[in-house]
Amino acid sequence: MHESLLGWIVLLPLLGAAVNGLLGVRLPRPLVSAIGVGTVAASFVMSVMTFFAVKENGIVSSHLWTWIPIGDLSIELTFMADPLSAAMLLLVTGVGLLIHVYSTGYMHGDPSYHRFFSYLNLFVFSMLVLVSGDNLLLLFVGWEGVGLCSYLLIGFWFSEEANAKAGKKAFVVNRVGDFGFLIGMFLIVKTLAGQVEPGANLLAFDVIRQHIDLLVPVATAVGLLLFVGATGKSAQIPLYVWLPDAMAGPTPVSALIHAATMVTAGVYMVARLGFLYDVAPVAGTVIAVVGAATALLAASIALAQNDIKKVLAYSTVSQLGYMFLACGVGAYYIGMFHVFTHAFFKALLFLGAGSVIHSMHEEQDMRNMGGLRKYMPITFGTMAIATLAIAGVPPFSGFFSKDEILYYAFKQSPVLWGVGFVVAGMTAFYMARLMMMTFFGQPRMDEKTKSHLHESPLSMTVPLMILAVLSFAGGWMNIPEFIPGGDAKLHHWLEPSTSGDIFLADHGHGDAHGAELASDAEHGGEHGAEVAAHSTSTEWTLAISSAILALLGLGAGYVVYGKRVQIRSVAESAPSSGLRKVLENKWYVDEFYDATIIQPIRRLSDTVLWRFVDAVIIDGVLVNGVSRLIGVTGQLVRLVQNGLIRWYAYSFAAGVVVLLVYVARRING
Amino acid sequence: MPDLQGLTSALQVGLGHYLGLSAILFSIGVLGVVFRRNALVMFMSVELMLTAVNLSLISFSRFLDDMHGHVMVLFVLAVAAAEAGVGLAILVEIFRKRDSVDVDEFRQLME
Repeated sequence: MHESLLGWIVLLPLLGAAVNGLLGVRLPRPLVSAIGVGTVAASFVMSVMTFFAVKENGIVSSHLWTWIPIGDLSIELTFMADPLSAAMLLLVTGVGLLIHVYSTGYMHGDPSYHRFFSYLNLFVFSMLVLVSGDNLLLLFVGWEGVGLCSYLLIGFWFSEEANAKAGKKAFVVNRVGDFGFLIGMFLIVKTLAGQVEPGANLLAFDVIRQHIDLLVPVATAVGLLLFVGATGKSAQIPLYVWLPDAMAGPTPVSALIHAATMVTAGVYMVARLGFLYDVAPVAGTVIAVVGAATALLAASIALAQNDIKKVLAYSTVSQLGYMFLACGVGAYYIGMFHVFTHAFFKALLFLGAGSVIHSMHEEQDMRNMGGLRKYMPITFGTMAIATLAIAGVPPFSGFFSKDEILYYAFKQSPVLWGVGFVVAGMTAFYMARLMMMTFFGQPRMDEKTKSHLHESPLSMTVPLMILAVLSFAGGWMNIPEFIPGGDAKLHHWLEPSTSGDIFLADHGHGDAHGAELASDAEHGGEHGAEVAAHSTSTEWTLAISSAILALLGLGAGYVVYGKRVQIRSVAESAPSSGLRKVLENKWYVDEFYDATIIQPIRRLSDTVLWRFVDAVIIDGVLVNGVSRLIGVTGQLVRLVQNGLIRWYAYSFAAGVVVLLVYVARRING
Repeated sequence: MPDLQGLTSALQVGLGHYLGLSAILFSIGVLGVVFRRNALVMFMSVELMLTAVNLSLISFSRFLDDMHGHVMVLFVLAVAAAEAGVGLAILVEIFRKRDSVDVDEFRQLME
């Protein structure tokens, strides 16, 4: 363990949030931007330094103080960076920095400029706590923190009721998942308490790893409960419904929180506890199936959405499904690989969409766009790169991560692969549709909007270009070994973290590769064997077929929406019918939840909780009951106070007699 | 030879006799307070009870050879005299107002 900058990496954005939040209204805008962007930039620089420290030393950590010492349990406030955390730190601060810069342009005219940057910094802080906490409880603090920031930022323009409602929905749905997460943590503490040395931090990842044997009996339950939390945060079936509504927030928020970072927290959590899921194969299967199902459902909805941000939102849900599919089949590092590449191209897509929306004066319906590539060449070019990346065209980044996911899914079960393969085709198709409707064809907006079309300022286009480079080349950090020259760098980098071997005492520092091989041999039998049994010809077949599929999907989208379907603006388009209508209405899932969960709860609240529990029991029995009891008692006592002096004297004398008799009996025994 | 000693002790007036008389007087007083409705009679009954208590105090004082009892009785007499003064004055006033000293009719304070 080495002293490190971790504390500062986490703390700086919090300071930025505090300064901007408390004083920002009095500060000039350039200073607000400097604080907001500067703190994240400083964190990014320190994250790079930490990354190299991790490369050299294995784990760096900084222990701040003991947070909760209770009996046998001692929760430490310790930030830790192992290979996985270091990579996430880079991602969060790096993409976060780009989006902060972009926001200075996008939010330029907003009256709550300082509030926006305060929330954004607070979000970065929470996310950094989440990825660098050394125990589950600290992770949960960050987990809740990002949930809070998500709520604040979705409802950023809260004067519109729909935005406030969307924020509330996100918060409530996430709470449902958090409940499962909490129970999962309790189960770990309950199982480990008394079994390990007193004073240990039962929720620390290294302690969990070292005592994984004790957890085997409950591993499936713990894994599934924690995954319930992940379905909330990472928008999986059945709790994904909040994410599309979250698009009510400003577009940089959608890019940062609801595409690139926060929603990947669930994937991070599963990968972080990879060693736990290794001993819970049932939980792994559930995750894989849920991931595949979510990918398919969301991709089908994305096919028919007309709101540019909604398409991207469902695309995000779908891609998150891919990540969980990978984690579920035990290929955690591939799930994380997709987290990284997805962060690049999805942040780019959202920021590009934001640039379009900005130029279109807050118009989000693609039916009113068209032909924008002439007006916004940089936005068009960068988004085209992102489209090729997400569709999985080699050598763009998405190809490598998606192909690896499909390969591991294929090893586990051809059905999972089939679903993933179909989704890959759908992804390419709906992305082509989005590009065609937005940038090609005849402009369909009204004349006034058309005359104002313009390319966005440099503060917005520079982040786009940087992200475009990353989206193009991001996949090269993990070129699979079956391709000549490929060395699966990321795989070797992350393996000690996901297997947890880095937490074992006998793990030598600076010896990551050797430890990884050793772990493959002794511990991760299944996955080790899989890696060893890489069948090159299968890999090539799958890779080539998915590349062809990506091109076919893009081509089909181009042909259908470029040539055959005449796209009409909102005013001219007829109401849709059949399957299209079902997809446009998102399979009626929201309506289904409304009918099966929300309305019953409302009715229960109305008839039982309000009319019976509140009105009858609380108001009637408790509140009015107490006063009535006192009234009745008073009436009864009043009978004694009848004003007859002789009656008082009689009672008095009788009382004396009774007392005397009693005392006499006591004395005589 | 007749048991003269026993006879004398039987005839001799002891503490028990005094206390017995005191109890009887006190009980008469209590019954008078409880069962009579005339305020004046009740008043006299209270005085009777005080006297009964005085009697037992005096007896104890005599038989235990302790002068504290006497002092106590003097105090009680003084208080009783004062009380009689105040009480009779109230009674007179009530009678003037209501033409009655029946306590059962004095119930206005109840409501």
